[in-house]
Amino acid sequence: MNNSVTNTARLLAAGLRALLVLTLVCGVLYPLAVTGVAQALFNNKANGSEIKADGKVVGSSLIGQQGYSLDYFQPRPANGLGENSVNTQYKLILSGATNRAGDNPELIKWVKEAKAKVVKDNSTADYKVRPSQVPADAVTSSGSGLDPDISPAYADLQVHRVAERNGLPAAQVQKLVDEHTEGRTLGFMGEPRVNVLELNIALKDLAAKS
Amino acid sequence: MSPVLAGVLQLLALIAALALAYRPLGDYMARVYSSDKHLRVEKWIYRGIGANPNTEMRWPAYLRGVLAFSAAGVLFLYVLQRVQGILPGSLGFASIDPDQAFNTAASFVSNTNWQSYYGEQAMGHVVQTAGLAVQNFVSAAVGIAVAVALVRGFARSRTGELGNFWADLVRGVVRILLPISVIAAIVLVACGVIQNFSGIHEVGQFTGGSQQWNGGAVASQEAIKEVGTNGGGYFNANSAHPFENPNPFSNLFEIFLLLLIPFALTRTFGRMVGSLKQGYAILATMATIWLGFICLMWWTEFAHHGPAFEIAGGAMEGKEQRFGIGASSIFSISTTLTSTGAVDSFHSSNTGLGGGLNLLGMQLGEIAPGGVGSGLYGMLVMAIIAVFIAGLMVGRTPEYLGKKIGTREIKLAACYILITPALVLVFTAAAMALPTPGNSMTNSGAHGFSEILYAYTSASNNNGSAFAGLNADTQWFNSTLGLAMLLGRFLPMVFVLALAGSLAEQKPVPATAGTLRTEKPLFTGLLVGAILIITGLTYFPALALGPLAEGLAT
Repeated sequence: MNNSVTNTARLLAAGLRALLVLTLVCGVLYPLAVTGVAQALFNNKANGSEIKADGKVVGSSLIGQQGYSLDYFQPRPANGLGENSVNTQYKLILSGATNRAGDNPELIKWVKEAKAKVVKDNSTADYKVRPSQVPADAVTSSGSGLDPDISPAYADLQVHRVAERNGLPAAQVQKLVDEHTEGRTLGFMGEPRVNVLELNIALKDLAAKS
Repeated sequence: MSPVLAGVLQLLALIAALALAYRPLGDYMARVYSSDKHLRVEKWIYRGIGANPNTEMRWPAYLRGVLAFSAAGVLFLYVLQRVQGILPGSLGFASIDPDQAFNTAASFVSNTNWQSYYGEQAMGHVVQTAGLAVQNFVSAAVGIAVAVALVRGFARSRTGELGNFWADLVRGVVRILLPISVIAAIVLVACGVIQNFSGIHEVGQFTGGSQQWNGGAVASQEAIKEVGTNGGGYFNANSAHPFENPNPFSNLFEIFLLLLIPFALTRTFGRMVGSLKQGYAILATMATIWLGFICLMWWTEFAHHGPAFEIAGGAMEGKEQRFGIGASSIFSISTTLTSTGAVDSFHSSNTGLGGGLNLLGMQLGEIAPGGVGSGLYGMLVMAIIAVFIAGLMVGRTPEYLGKKIGTREIKLAACYILITPALVLVFTAAAMALPTPGNSMTNSGAHGFSEILYAYTSASNNNGSAFAGLNADTQWFNSTLGLAMLLGRFLPMVFVLALAGSLAEQKPVPATAGTLRTEKPLFTGLLVGAILIITGLTYFPALALGPLAEGLAT
């Protein structure tokens, strides 16, 4: 009995020593080395791909923002996004999805309301949006709640509203959208997309110039 | 180009990349675990451990090494989280509560990476890098070590010796996981994944006001999270978060990483048992199931049945625009058929049948191709079951790879395949029978039941993904899921190592005209059939109550 206790203790001690040595290698040296290389070679990306407008940082090109006025292009809904519930000395963005199933009544309601709003907001005096025109990304929340992109179809749908509210010709705004439409990577990876923050920064510039 | 065609092309590119890496990596890993030379850095590590890497271990000693090392891992990670509040470099984040700290420690040591916490608000730099990321490495290395021990059991004869656990562990980390992770992490940073040790970062917003982000060593953790089939995200949104997975290329690259070692290990296996064809037969079995599941997932996700998706015009809920349905489906099948559990889209918002595929994928036992190491040993156990079934049909004592599958071997294999279903079904039944666990559900009806079934399936099979509507940060779920993860990881390892020991002691039986040719397509067919039938019979009633009910209703 005594013998087996000492044996177990000896084995556990060996396990702990192994863990500590490997912690030094994988938990200290490895992340520090990668950080060194990352900061030296890809400084902007390693620090969050910050993006500037008028000389001020206005966010990250990778992180979608909510709360644009209707003068601007609207992002996807983000019903799963939260705020931190612990360590409340900070106001952190809590990424997340809604996790609602296809038959969930709440999700059905959100989608219906979002669709009605997209149709209403984007219909102008001489441009009527039909419900069948609204693409799926415009009425659903993304996985992270931070999706920086919308589909080109959703951007196109917003052109008339944005042009009218900014006093710009629709063709000019459409051109801006086309310039900011990114196709599939190498022609086949992912889906075509428009970065909302970058588009809105360019829109603000354009509106200020004219 | 249609989204379906783009999906197919992405799958083909992925297969091409995996095929290119298959031979060199598989052969390299076989050399790593067969060599008797030690690198200088490994010698330093052995000195630090105080272990002699040249001692051959029989199965009980090998198992004791696995258990002692893992127990130390659970204790260390538990304590680290409990003292986070006073650790420097932790952003001033508070310590983690006991039940959640136990759950997280069990989760990362068992290679599950189930998370009942929100990464960005709960875990500081020290716990993430020195605690969680370290277990990403070592739990993966333990998995490969046990698989290699089983392969040695087939390859060796008239000895009970299976190798040295400490040597297998250290080599897996130093020679395989670390080099791949360093390269992968730098590629990910080049794509836009963040890598810094900044504090909470406050930046102005275009729309006014400001937003607060976490900095962090994300790329270095993301790399091993995929390579080691771990899956625990730095952020709550996991690989859907743009800082973990910024663009379509990084997405495909992450899928590649999580499939890389599990597939290549079949080559390692073929090399070590002296017949590459045997490895190809196992590879073909894994690839058939994986491809079949991806096609089914595309079919159901592109068809987008379900009231909300029909109104929306597509199953984009929980999916990122930059990935779309095609790539998200490949990711979600690959992550549930390996034991990874990372997600780039949220499975709870898949179609009813799509969520069912995620569930069934895990219930196959994570073997197509499965987690690093665990996928290979799980599949070899199923191969033993399959030759046993074939043996019953013709009335011959079954053999596999020149070893007799006798009473002892089949008992051990049977115990192995019974553990996880028992854990999943008993815990799910208990949670449904008790009054309070059901309060954690976000969805009601069939999908609510699926949330709980998914949680125990994910934990017991060491996957880690979730139908994340379930609020799992309760004492009940933290403790029972923690227990399911530990039992689901280490009990099977006991049987695998016992099996390895028993096989290594045998003398080889020469192949005769009556021997089942396990390197032929016929055997692959038999194996796929055995896996699907055994899993199907085990889980059909539970699946019928959850995803099937949901999927067929819409």
